[in-house]
Amino acid sequence: MSATATAPSGDNYLNHEKGLWSWLTTLDHKRIGILYMISVMVFFLLGGIFAMLMRTELIAPGRTIMGPETYNRVMTYHGTIMVFMVIIPGIPAFLGNFIMPLQIGAKDVAFPKLNLISWYCLMVGALVAFTSLFYNGVDTGWTFYTPYSIRTHTGVTFMVLGAFIMGFSSILTGLNFIVTIHKLRAPGMTFWRMPLFCWGLYSTAIIQVLATPVLAITLLLIACERILGVGIFDPTLGGDPVLFEHFFWFYSHPAVYIMILPAMGVISEVITAFSHKTIFGYKAIAFSSIGIAAVSFFVWGHHLFVAGQSEVAGIIFSFITMLVGVPTAIKVFNWTATLYKGSIEFKPPMLFALGFLFLFTIGGVTGIMLATIALDVHLHDTYFVVAHFHYVMVGGTLMAIMAGFYYWFPKIFGRMYNIFWARITFVLIFVGFNVTFFPQFILGAMGMPRRYYDYLPAFTSLNRISSIGAYTIGLGFLIALIVILQGIFGGEKASANPWGAKTLEWSTVSPPPHDNFVTEPIVTAGPYEYR
Amino acid sequence: MIWQLSSLFSSIAHANGTFMPPDGDTIAPLYDHLYLVMVLMSAIASLIVIGGMVYFSIKYRRQTGRKSAYITHNTTLEFLWSFIPFCLFMVAFGWGWYVYYQMRTMPEDAFEVNVLAQQWSWNFMYKSGKKTTADMYVPVNTPVRLIMTSKDVIHSMYIPAFRQKQDVVPGRYTQTWFQAPHVGNFHIFCAEYCGMGHSAMLGIVHVLSKADFDKWLETNPYKGLTPVQVGQHLFQQKCSVCHNPTTERKVGPGLQHVFGSMVQLQGQPPHLADENYIRTHILHPSTYSVQGFPKGVMPSFQGQLSEEELTGLIEYVKSLK
Ligand SMILES: [Cu+2]
Ligand SMILES: [Cu+2]
Repeated sequence: MSATATAPSGDNYLNHEKGLWSWLTTLDHKRIGILYMISVMVFFLLGGIFAMLMRTELIAPGRTIMGPETYNRVMTYHGTIMVFMVIIPGIPAFLGNFIMPLQIGAKDVAFPKLNLISWYCLMVGALVAFTSLFYNGVDTGWTFYTPYSIRTHTGVTFMVLGAFIMGFSSILTGLNFIVTIHKLRAPGMTFWRMPLFCWGLYSTAIIQVLATPVLAITLLLIACERILGVGIFDPTLGGDPVLFEHFFWFYSHPAVYIMILPAMGVISEVITAFSHKTIFGYKAIAFSSIGIAAVSFFVWGHHLFVAGQSEVAGIIFSFITMLVGVPTAIKVFNWTATLYKGSIEFKPPMLFALGFLFLFTIGGVTGIMLATIALDVHLHDTYFVVAHFHYVMVGGTLMAIMAGFYYWFPKIFGRMYNIFWARITFVLIFVGFNVTFFPQFILGAMGMPRRYYDYLPAFTSLNRISSIGAYTIGLGFLIALIVILQGIFGGEKASANPWGAKTLEWSTVSPPPHDNFVTEPIVTAGPYEYR
Repeated sequence: MIWQLSSLFSSIAHANGTFMPPDGDTIAPLYDHLYLVMVLMSAIASLIVIGGMVYFSIKYRRQTGRKSAYITHNTTLEFLWSFIPFCLFMVAFGWGWYVYYQMRTMPEDAFEVNVLAQQWSWNFMYKSGKKTTADMYVPVNTPVRLIMTSKDVIHSMYIPAFRQKQDVVPGRYTQTWFQAPHVGNFHIFCAEYCGMGHSAMLGIVHVLSKADFDKWLETNPYKGLTPVQVGQHLFQQKCSVCHNPTTERKVGPGLQHVFGSMVQLQGQPPHLADENYIRTHILHPSTYSVQGFPKGVMPSFQGQLSEEELTGLIEYVKSLK
C-alpha cells in the first residue's frame, strides 16, 4: 500500500507547468480542484457580504440601512450564491475533484476535459447569473416561486439561465465521478475498501445526474414563460403555480443531499483520522449514503404541506420523510461510536468535525419536527425553517468544508497552516453560529415569517442577538481566510502524512506529483486500518 | 447587557411565556402539546448524541502509551439504534397525522369568510355583503371557514395564534378553518414571499362576542363619517403600504400636493391630477406611468371599492394639501 518515495526532482502538480494559461487550460484534476477552490472562496465571500447586509438591516425593525426593494435583492443573491455557487460545488467539485482520484489510487478522473468544461460551466453560469445585477437585480428569493418570478420586473431571466448553465457543471461532475469510481480504482481497491468520502461522492453523483436535469428544465420553462409568454405556471395563462413548486422541489430536496452527503463523507474521514481508530460500522455508513440518496427523491412534497397539495399527499410525504431520518440517525450514531475507545486529537479539522456532529444533530432533530406534518403547518415559512436549514447547510456542510479543507490542506499545498489561529476560527464560527441561528428557532415558533424585511417590535431582541452572532461568524471566516492564505504562501513544509492517516492519498508525497503516485499503488487492506 | 435581557423577556412575555404565540383557537392546545413533546424528545436525543460525543472526546483524548481499540461494528447495537429511532419517528408521524387531520377537517356548518389576497393586502368578504381590508371580524365559539384565493401571486394566510397556515394561490381556492373560544385580537401575517410589501402584508383577526359581532355585521362602518374621513380610513388600510400622505416617497409617490398639480409622466405629456385622473389611477393603474417610478407595480383596485369608497379616497387625496 505504501508508495511513498520522493518524486524525481521535486516535481509536483503546482510546479509541473507554469503561467496563468497553464492553469486555465489544465486537465489535471488537482489543478481543476484548485480552480474550484478559488472560485468557491470568492463566491463565499460575496454571499457572506450579502448575509452581513441582511443581518444588519434586521438588527432593528423598520428601515435600518436599506429599503425593502434592496433587501429582497440582497436576500435573493445571498441564497442563490450560497446554494448554487458555494454549497453545491463546495465539497464535490473542490475537495472531491482533488482528493477522490488520490483516494482510489487513480491518475486522474475518467474524463479530464469534461472536468475542465464543468468548471467553465460554473464560471459562465455565474457570469450570466450576475448579469442580472445590471437588469434591476433579482428579488424572487432563491426558490423563484411562480407566478411572482414571471411577473417581477427584474433580471430573473438571467439568473435562471445562469443557474441552468451552472446545473451542467453539477451534472457533468457527477457523471465524471461515477465513471471514475467504477473504472479507475487502483488494483486491489475494491468497492468495500473505498474510503467513505468516495461513497459519499458516489451517492451524491447519482443525485446530481438524475435530479439536476429536472431543475434545468424547470428553470428553462420560467425563462420561456417570461420571454415567450407560454402559460405553464401562470394561472392567468392557464398554468398552475403549484406545479412549479413540485418541479422545483423535486430537484431541490435531493439537492439538500447533494450538499450534505459529501459533507458526511468528509466527517467520516476526519473522525477516523483524529481518533486514530477504524470507523464504526463502515458498511452501515456506506449503505446509508446510498439509502439516503434513493429515498431523497420521494420526499419533495414536505415543502408543500401548506401549499395547496392534497392532504393525502401531505401525509404520505410526511411518512417518507420520517424514513430518511433513519439512515441519517445511523450515521450520527456511528460517528459517535467511532470516538469510543479512540485516541482523540483535537486538531482543527477534528474540532470542525465535532462541531459538525453537534450542529447537524440539532439540524436533524428539528428536521424531524418539521416532517411531523401538523407541526409544519405552524412552523412552515417561519424563521424556524430558516434556523433548521442553516443548522444543516452551514452547521453541516460548511463545517464539513472547513474540516475537510484544514484536513487535506497539507496534502494539497505541501504546507501547514497555523494550528493555533485555525482553532480560534473554529471557536468564533461555532459560537457565532449558535448565537445567530438558535434564537431563530424561537423567533419562528413565536410566529415570525421568513423573508421579512420588517418585523413586529416583539421580535427585536432575538433578531439583535442573531445579528451579533452573524458578525462573529463573519469575523471567524475572515480570520480563516488569513490563516489559509498565510498557510499557502508562508506555511511550514508539511510531511506526506502529518496526521498519521491511513487512506491512500496520504501515501503519496505532498503536494502530489503530476501523475499523483510515483509508482502505481496496490491496495491490500481497507481504508481505516488503525491497529 | 441588562437592557437587552429585560427586553428579551418582555418579547417572550408577548408570546405567552412559553416561547409560543397565545392560544387563540381550539387547535392551539393540541398543537402545543405535540410541539412540547417533540421539543423534549429532540432535546433528549441531542443530549444523548452530543453528551456522548463530549464524554468520549474527553475520556479518550490522546494520551501517551494508550492505543485506540479496533472495533469494526456491533450488529445488535446497530440494529437497536436504527430500530428505536424508527419507532420514535413513527410515533411522531402518527401523532402529527392525528393533529393534522383535525386541522384540515373543515366543519360543515361553519361561518364562511371569503378572502382575497393581493399585493399587499388582505381583503375579507362576508355573506352580508360587508367587506373589510386588513381587519377580519369573526364571532367567538363559532367554526369559521376561510375560502381564499389570490389576485396576483402566491400569498399565505398565517395566524400564529391559531397555529394555522395555508397558501393562497391565484387561479384556485384553498381553505383553512378555526374556532376561537375566547374574544381577542390576533395577528395575521403573509407567510409566502410576495415581493416588496411582503412583510407589511399584515392584518388582525378580531374575535368578537356573538352580540358584538351581529352588531358589527349590521352597522354601516361609514355612518356619520364625512367622505374625507371615509377616504382616510381606507387609505390607511389599503394605500399606506405604498404611499405616504406626505410628500415623502415610499414605493409609490407621496400624495401630498399631488391633487391639482401637473404630473410628469413617462412617454406621455404631463397630466393634470384631477378627480378623473385619481380615479383612473386607482382602478386602472397601468394607464399612466409616473416619472421616476417603475411601471406595473401598483395593483388595480377594480371591483374592490364601492362608489362611496372611491369618492372618499378621491376626497381624501384632495384634502392632502
Ligand atoms: Cu426537503
Ligand atoms: Cu407575502
